[in-house]
Amino acid sequence: MGINPDLVGRIYPAGESYQVGREKIREFAAATKAANPAHYDVQAARKLGYSDVVAPPTFAIIIAQRADAQLISDPASGIDFSRVVHADQRFTHHRPIVAGDELLAELYVDQVREMGAGAMITTRAEITTAAGEKIATTVSSLLVRAED
Amino acid sequence: MIEFDSLEKGQVIGSHTVQVNRADLVRYAGASGDFNPIHWNERFAKEVELPSVIAHGMFTMGSVIDLVSQWVGNPGAIIDYQTRFTKPVVVEDPEGSNPSEHEGTTISVEGKVGALDAEARTARIDLAVSADGAKVLLKCQAVVQL
Repeated sequence: MGINPDLVGRIYPAGESYQVGREKIREFAAATKAANPAHYDVQAARKLGYSDVVAPPTFAIIIAQRADAQLISDPASGIDFSRVVHADQRFTHHRPIVAGDELLAELYVDQVREMGAGAMITTRAEITTAAGEKIATTVSSLLVRAED
Repeated sequence: MIEFDSLEKGQVIGSHTVQVNRADLVRYAGASGDFNPIHWNERFAKEVELPSVIAHGMFTMGSVIDLVSQWVGNPGAIIDYQTRFTKPVVVEDPEGSNPSEHEGTTISVEGKVGALDAEARTARIDLAVSADGAKVLLKCQAVVQL
């Protein structure tokens, strides 16, 4: 089954908000082997002017992939998760994510294009606070490999 | 503090290596919520025609940026970060090894100043990232606000 080309332009509204926890930032920083103390130590983060520990630059992938999951699990999309390979990723930060943020992600399907027997799908998550402040824009391209 | 005016295009900001073994991938899966079995189950990875278990592209992207965070001091100064995943990082599980202690696969990263924008006072840091002698990330670029 191929990817449904009619997905382009589809918008998946933000689901439940994501509460950014201090321990989650520490856990993610450790899992990506980050050493910068601002990810772990509240005092180090405060010295840089933040209210709490700062998320690593790729932390927003957690929120973006939750938003992507809505699309991937949508039976109308035709995407087989086991055949998905991450092709491109971009993060644009309007301000750093810090512990205590409550974030929402709206997902946009920007592009679907055929790649041989497979397809490439590009999604964009617009991440904001519950109050509407722009936090980050993430763009992901996923290659869905064809069945042999 | 890095002074914008002290930077020159082409200047090397530093280099670093990251070791990744199977236990690291399980830890990243848990931390990120990405439980795609190609990153932790060898049988499944091979059934979908991968050479073996491969690292999450986001593990690689996420782990190499610390070079820039440490260099600039403030990770929040990284306002844009992008890459293309060109080649999977294969993580083997050699017979007789301890999956938590095995040195795993070595990811190497070197950062250079790729571009400077005097008006915006931003520096684009280009990261050259390889594993097993092959480039695994392409156009891996971080923009730092100074």
